Amino acid sequence: MKFAWLFLGLGLGLSPARAELNVVASIPDFGALARTVGGDHVRVTSLAKGTEDAHFVDARPSFIRLLNRADVLIEGGAELEAGWLPTLVNAARNGKIQGNARGRIVLGPYIRLAGVPAGPVDRSQGDVHPLGNPHFWLDPENGKIIARVLAERFSELEPSHKGYFQENLARFSKELDSKVTGWQEALAPNRGTKVVTYHQSFDYFLNRFGFELVGTIESKPGIEPSASYINSLIQRLQGVGVKLIVVEPYRPRRIPDYLAQAIGATLLVLPDKVEGVPAVKDFIGLFDYNVAQTASTLKEVP
Amino acid sequence: MKRRGIWTSFLACVSAAALHAQEVSELELLRKELQELRESFRRVQEQQRRQIEALEQRIDALTVAPAAPAQPSPAPSEPLSPSPKAATAAPAPSRTLAAPVTLWGGQGSYLNLSLSALTTVGTSTASDIESLQLGGHDPKQRGFTLQNLETVFDGKVDPYFRGQANVIFQIDPEGETIVEAEEAYLETLALPANLQVKAGLFMTEFGRLNPTHPHAWDFVDQPLVNARFLGGDGLRGPGARLSWLAPTPFYSELFLAVANSQGETAFSFRNNHEGEPFLGRPALERDVETVGDLLFVPRYAVSLDLSESQTILAGASAALGPNSSGAHADTQIYGLDLFWKWKSPRHHGGFPFVSWQTEAMMRRFEAGAFPGDVQTPPLPDETLYDYGFYSQVAYGFRKGWVAGWRGDYVVPESQAGYEQVLGPDPARASRWRISPSLTWYPSEFSKLRLQYNYDRRQELGEDHSVWFQFEFLLGSHAVHQF
Repeated sequence: MKFAWLFLGLGLGLSPARAELNVVASIPDFGALARTVGGDHVRVTSLAKGTEDAHFVDARPSFIRLLNRADVLIEGGAELEAGWLPTLVNAARNGKIQGNARGRIVLGPYIRLAGVPAGPVDRSQGDVHPLGNPHFWLDPENGKIIARVLAERFSELEPSHKGYFQENLARFSKELDSKVTGWQEALAPNRGTKVVTYHQSFDYFLNRFGFELVGTIESKPGIEPSASYINSLIQRLQGVGVKLIVVEPYRPRRIPDYLAQAIGATLLVLPDKVEGVPAVKDFIGLFDYNVAQTASTLKEVP
Repeated sequence: MKRRGIWTSFLACVSAAALHAQEVSELELLRKELQELRESFRRVQEQQRRQIEALEQRIDALTVAPAAPAQPSPAPSEPLSPSPKAATAAPAPSRTLAAPVTLWGGQGSYLNLSLSALTTVGTSTASDIESLQLGGHDPKQRGFTLQNLETVFDGKVDPYFRGQANVIFQIDPEGETIVEAEEAYLETLALPANLQVKAGLFMTEFGRLNPTHPHAWDFVDQPLVNARFLGGDGLRGPGARLSWLAPTPFYSELFLAVANSQGETAFSFRNNHEGEPFLGRPALERDVETVGDLLFVPRYAVSLDLSESQTILAGASAALGPNSSGAHADTQIYGLDLFWKWKSPRHHGGFPFVSWQTEAMMRRFEAGAFPGDVQTPPLPDETLYDYGFYSQVAYGFRKGWVAGWRGDYVVPESQAGYEQVLGPDPARASRWRISPSLTWYPSEFSKLRLQYNYDRRQELGEDHSVWFQFEFLLGSHAVHQF
């Protein structure tokens, strides 16, 4: 009898007695924030890799497996994952994350999206995102909103840990606030610096820190540049004083290099996502890295 | 006097010039001043815009969670209003590129519509292009072919089902427009026990290519083995399919479809082949008498991630059902498929990648005995075995550019009894084909493709064909299935 109780005790100890939310995030940034807020009470997996283009992720069947077991799906929405996530969610046949189930967190609607087209859009303008620019996690202030949304929803799904989630949120928000002040100070001397990017991925980052986006290497969203477009870009930007060309690690370098030389700018490679480079491991780390890289590069630029 | 006059005019000239110069510099000064004012105005405006945005954002950050219960929410099931900006910002456009042709009501989409048009122009050395190109959507004539004009309707039906209908138009070599209801099915959204039911008219999940539409193919035409065993329009029909996502640590799914076994889309089954004899025999009238007279298609698919950047998807399928050559004759088709893909972990717009896709099939056809008539001598019953496979590689070498290579081979096990009587049957004769191709996707919504086919048919010899294909896609965002 005594042994039987012992076995029962062991069994309880080994089984997942601790309630854990199984969270799947579309990109590592949302995953990192979920980890920060959820702590020990969540198990987080991210689908897209930090090193890849989030618009063009392969809908691997293993993702169906992950989504099938998920309690929570966090996605950016606003067409960030439009090319790959919808079929996966259908195939996963998991009511917890379908439609407007409480386990499905679409972040876009909580964020004030920039770049919402004013007039009518059609695809002759390239693959414009009509709901606004979906790369919103690159503004640290939006990170705070995301964390708040996650804490709220996790608390709803796991009410017994509400206090824990709120505590994590408060700690994160406080840390982020002081970090933002530091980042602002570090980049303050560079306000107004003119920048060119590849895709409109860094708009939120540039806007937050007072940089000015004067052009993109893509002629239109999602459209590769032609030689004549690059020539017209060079003509337009020569003598304008563009200091930086910012590209993500996964972009081809040939055209950015060429453009940088032609207009006398410096090429700066910055990750647009957590885990985009090995040094960036979480949300705050992404900005620590990007701010430090930007500041040190601009110091060397005359 | 004269000299004075000269002096006067000289002075006048100089003063005029000076005056002019003065005017110019003043103009420049004014311009500069205006420019500076404009610049500072722009800066102030920019700064204030930023301040406004920052304030708005801080308000958002503070209002998201706590304000939620107090805020009137649009849907009763949404206690947390997802849109703190709704009250302050202009409403987002009620139209998105994900579904530009969408019937909307308030915040929801009820029906997504998209259209893809696939056209090919080209030529071939073959004098019988219609029998050279076996696929129902293949170009079958010199000049232009409208291969496939496909309209897709899809959306969530209700909390239980998703629905999709594909209606296609084609123009045949005679210039007649053909309309086909290709698919029209509903699919359950969240059945318990990881089950899913699909019911209606659909392309059977046999192998990898059969359930896909021509615009998703890597080549202009259909692989020979698919056309020879599953038919030019693929294996599809009204039916129902149950699938189960198995609780294995990797992805694995079990499918079982039951469908009607008759018609030209059940090619090797109860198909009258438009009155022409098939594998020597004219078609018998056969009705469905028992459940066993339906078509059964089981399939098992497994996928593994070999590394961060490599995925493999393998499957085994079978299609089992009666055929029209005899009262008790059955057909069995077995297939194996393999898909491997490497995609750079640092891809830009999905490139570079390499994919390799192979399908091998075997058909066992029980041909019934034929008593003989005016046209055809008597034939014994016999069992015919046929084999075939294709293998293709696609290499996306830079954004928008894909080079492809495909090899096709179909072969019978041996010459059939009826062929000894009637002569070799081109529907079984061995043949192979090599097809290199080059595709350019100017965007996700258009493509241009050049393909060359080297065909070698037993008895008929070799043929060369060149096809140039172009496609456009309107409507819903292209969703890529693995």
